[in-house]
Amino acid sequence: MAPLIETRGLTLYFGGLKAVDGVDFSLNPGEIHALIGPNGAGKTTFVSLLSGRRLPQSGTIRLAEEDITHLPAHARVRKGIAYTFQITSIFPRLSVFDNVALAVQSHGARDLAAKTRAALTRVGLQGLEEQEAQTLAYGHQRLLELAMGLALNPRLLILDEPTQGLAASEIEGFKALVASLVPQTTVLLIEHNMEVVMDLATRITVLNFGQILATGTPAEIRANPAVQEAYLGA
Amino acid sequence: MAFGPFLLLALMEGLVTSAVLALAAAGLSLVFGVMRVVNVAHGAFFMLGAVLAWAVATFVPGPPAVAFIAALAIAPLAVAALAAAADGLILKRLDYDPEATIVATIGLLYMIEQAALSLYGPNANPVQAPFEWRIQLPWFGYSGYKLFVVLAAALVLLALWAFMTRTKAGLIMRATQVDRTTARAFGINVDRVYMGTFALGAGLAALAGVLIVPISQAHYLMGGDPLLLSFIVVIIGGLGSLRGTLIAALVIGLSDGVISMFFTPTLAKILATLLVAMVLVFRPQGLFGAKA
Amino acid sequence: MKVWLLHLVLIAALFAAQFLLSPYHATNLARIMVLAVFAMGYNLAFGYTGLLSLGHALLFAAGMYAAGLSAQILGLTAGPALILGILGGGLLAAAVGLLALRTAGVSFMIVTLMFAQAGYLTILYFGATTGGDEGFTLPAASRSIAGFDLSTDTPRFLAALALFGAGLLASLAIVRSPFGRTMVAIRENEERSRMLGYNPFAIKLAALVISGLYVGAAGAAYALLFGYAGASFATIQYSILPMLYVLLGGAGTTLGPFLGAALMFALIEAASGLTSAYLFFVGAALVALVLFAPKGILGTIRERWVKWLP
Repeated sequence: MAPLIETRGLTLYFGGLKAVDGVDFSLNPGEIHALIGPNGAGKTTFVSLLSGRRLPQSGTIRLAEEDITHLPAHARVRKGIAYTFQITSIFPRLSVFDNVALAVQSHGARDLAAKTRAALTRVGLQGLEEQEAQTLAYGHQRLLELAMGLALNPRLLILDEPTQGLAASEIEGFKALVASLVPQTTVLLIEHNMEVVMDLATRITVLNFGQILATGTPAEIRANPAVQEAYLGA
Repeated sequence: MAFGPFLLLALMEGLVTSAVLALAAAGLSLVFGVMRVVNVAHGAFFMLGAVLAWAVATFVPGPPAVAFIAALAIAPLAVAALAAAADGLILKRLDYDPEATIVATIGLLYMIEQAALSLYGPNANPVQAPFEWRIQLPWFGYSGYKLFVVLAAALVLLALWAFMTRTKAGLIMRATQVDRTTARAFGINVDRVYMGTFALGAGLAALAGVLIVPISQAHYLMGGDPLLLSFIVVIIGGLGSLRGTLIAALVIGLSDGVISMFFTPTLAKILATLLVAMVLVFRPQGLFGAKA
Repeated sequence: MKVWLLHLVLIAALFAAQFLLSPYHATNLARIMVLAVFAMGYNLAFGYTGLLSLGHALLFAAGMYAAGLSAQILGLTAGPALILGILGGGLLAAAVGLLALRTAGVSFMIVTLMFAQAGYLTILYFGATTGGDEGFTLPAASRSIAGFDLSTDTPRFLAALALFGAGLLASLAIVRSPFGRTMVAIRENEERSRMLGYNPFAIKLAALVISGLYVGAAGAAYALLFGYAGASFATIQYSILPMLYVLLGGAGTTLGPFLGAALMFALIEAASGLTSAYLFFVGAALVALVLFAPKGILGTIRERWVKWLP
């Protein structure tokens, strides 16, 4: 099966720092793929290149065979790449409904209210539509962020450290939710919580110093000596 | 008069403009650099300096030189005190939010101009130069006072430069400019630095106003052009860069002198404002600033 | 529903006001309504989209001179002249936006200020045509629409009311539409909007052009209803005034521009009875607003009491 996303030689340096260094990476449709690695390994920079928030110095990105390397971020969202922020980024002074409605209407305003409510129900925020987003509890704000990503109806959903700051009980619900997204949606997950990664991921890619150290199933990654040395075995 | 001497005269006039402009723009640049505040009332401070110089010269008895020296000391200090008060009462309470401070300083500009109109009146009044001395060149005579203005501005700017680079207070200001949170963490009283910076910036504008008064009279609307030109200088020179500001003041002042000698001033101003807008759009670091 | 009702009640009340007010006050109210259209246009850019422009006098003057000069030189009547004024405001807004919207925040404020200043100087430079500072009086023949003479009280009031009413209801429709929600989204969090698939530049440009259409209409109407066009309407003062109205009435509220224009007009009217120093009050009002009531009157009322206010 053709990969949903494929990068070739993707590179971005910040001065002398090789944040992303010649990465060849591919995502299969319908998988949950986790991206792990030590702090500063280039994970967030790499997904910024995928989502178009940054442009690479060299290399190519293809989405379902189409070259999107130079497409601006908003155009990539319209092609089906949704990104949820590591640091919660919502519209704090708008209502919960408006936050999600903005995601829904960006690809057509038909059945706006129904689709918005559906996305909110899916993450369990039904009944909070009229509340101002900044008054939500932190865990609920994370869920709102996720609802906005879902409401975009994406082919690829990039989740940047989604469980950061969530309580253990909230993480369980989150895992069930993400598991229910595939195979309609492909998920790329940056995550530090190894339990979440091992439970959810079909495949894992380990980044270190901007390069891919290993790619494989959770079992293969756990058994990989290089990964253990660089990351897990610490 | 032949073309050569004519050009010389234009350049000398331009140099005087440059000197006054450099003083005023240095104040604007300092305030923007350290505080990230765009002070729209800067031209009003310039005007206040000139008007106060007239007031001092009118009420201080004795020869013009004494009155002028008194004005040179009193007017900038009074304006600096007013600016410090405005900082404490208004800007600080806005937490130096860039957009809110622009709106507030527009309000300040209106209040100062109206107060000047009400108290000082709508007339333009001259102040006598501290000395009457003309330099006789082969082609034309030239006011010695104008050359004094150039010299005085150069000295003040040199002192400002030394203050910023050689003294502890200057170091503290530069540290605050780089990062106000870290500066605070290192025990710098940022509020006081800001108040001092705003007062210093206003004082420089007022000083420029005092220096110009014997040449061009005091009028309550005289702040408009220096404000616009200072903006132009600061933007062309690179926002917040003192060195760029000086170079730009020289370029703008000289070209203003030459252009307004040969072209209609309105057209020159149109081109200059459009140039500034384009610089901000396409080269926001300024023409002389380092590439960001 | 009650939102639309509220706006219709205001329009009806204004219609009734002409029978209660003296001709002098009715003319003032007509002036306020035209200025409120100016402020509504400013509000769509600043209040809803977050574009703090210091150059809207340029767009006002564009409407004013497009209408005024076409009446003066081509002999157009009020209807076509108004349309030219609206187009003039919109086109100039597009041109300014294409350049100025590459910047943001303080730079955007200065760039728009510089463009407006260049526009003002251009009017002076072509003084032979525009009359420069002196301005010019519009020919009486041009000040008529469908046979009604706009220089007389009742048609002038009704024309101002028609423009105001149409502008008010249109602005209500805009801000309650999906596009209006997008404008607010850009104001609140531009980066998030981008990552929801919106092109911030395109949306800001569209908002600025809509704003320009309003402001152009106001400028044209001002010239046609009051019979005069002059360079003073292109000065920085006329960029500050709509900002003041909007800040006072409440940025990002549909009724704020009218409320702010009416209150400020009344304040200046009252102050000028006591002193000629009315600019002092404008300045003090600006400072007081940013210090103590940054949300304006209706913004505060909405926050505290009437949540449904648009």
